[in-house]
Amino acid sequence: MTHASVTHTSMGLDSRKMAFWAFIGSECLLFGSLISTYLVYKGKSVVGPYPHDILNIPFTSVSTFDLLMSSLMMVLALAAVQRGDMRWAKVWLFMTALLGMFFLGGQVYEFTSFVHEGLTLQRNLFGATFFVLTGTHGAHVTVGVLWLLTLWVRALQGKLGPANAMTVEITGLYWHFVDVVWIVIFTVVYLIQ
Amino acid sequence: MAEARQAAGGAHPSVGTYLRVAAVLVILTVLEVGVFYVPAFHPVLVPALVVLSAAKFSLVVLFYMHLKTDSRFFAFLFGAPLLLAAAVLVALLFLFFGALTLRGAAGTGMA
Repeated sequence: MTHASVTHTSMGLDSRKMAFWAFIGSECLLFGSLISTYLVYKGKSVVGPYPHDILNIPFTSVSTFDLLMSSLMMVLALAAVQRGDMRWAKVWLFMTALLGMFFLGGQVYEFTSFVHEGLTLQRNLFGATFFVLTGTHGAHVTVGVLWLLTLWVRALQGKLGPANAMTVEITGLYWHFVDVVWIVIFTVVYLIQ
Repeated sequence: MAEARQAAGGAHPSVGTYLRVAAVLVILTVLEVGVFYVPAFHPVLVPALVVLSAAKFSLVVLFYMHLKTDSRFFAFLFGAPLLLAAAVLVALLFLFFGALTLRGAAGTGMA
């Protein structure tokens, strides 16, 4: 979308950005309900594996660092697009997507190792709530990576420039939201056992 | 001019600010993991982790999602559902773990 076609609300705000913040608000409720469910059933599993048997804090700490750095790459990409530096914008957009893919790879490895250790969606309440919460987050990361790669390809084709800065900013809002959700999950699920 | 820019979305932080925020986020993450592993912190583990997590959450939302400089209406669109979600979480925790559940009240002769 070009800058000329941007529509503003009666408040002078970009309508797409306002709609996206409303969407993020609704996502807060979705993840709030999933985190609430996890906490309500915490410690209520009658069979193992239990969280302290299976969660790998050093590994997840690296994943958390990875996602935080991807958020930095995202804002650097936005700043590059805003100043018209498309060469660096392509680099930062790709780096953001790449770090997102690393995070997803880590999650696939974690899920696989948990299943091998006997924790499945049906095994106990911990398995059910853990996989639904972190799986929903992982699905959001997957959507974010696909969105970022789409932007990166558009940048390679020369179809992304300073006039599309709002598109990149909205992508960034989604990506940072995925990051803040992980900040909460990392604390609630992994560190507070 | 400044008002028009604020209404349109506000000025964004500089690259230097983004880098400083990233450095603080990394430090806070290291502190989180440190608090988890150091036994001396275990009596205050939950409050310490909640404070550190809230600080990281706020930094990302304020600086990377630009709510510090953007229109306050965006902060409302994000903050209102966030508060609602937090209220639901607290209510559910009280319902399932609080002393004033029906079962708890019956056990103590209050019902």
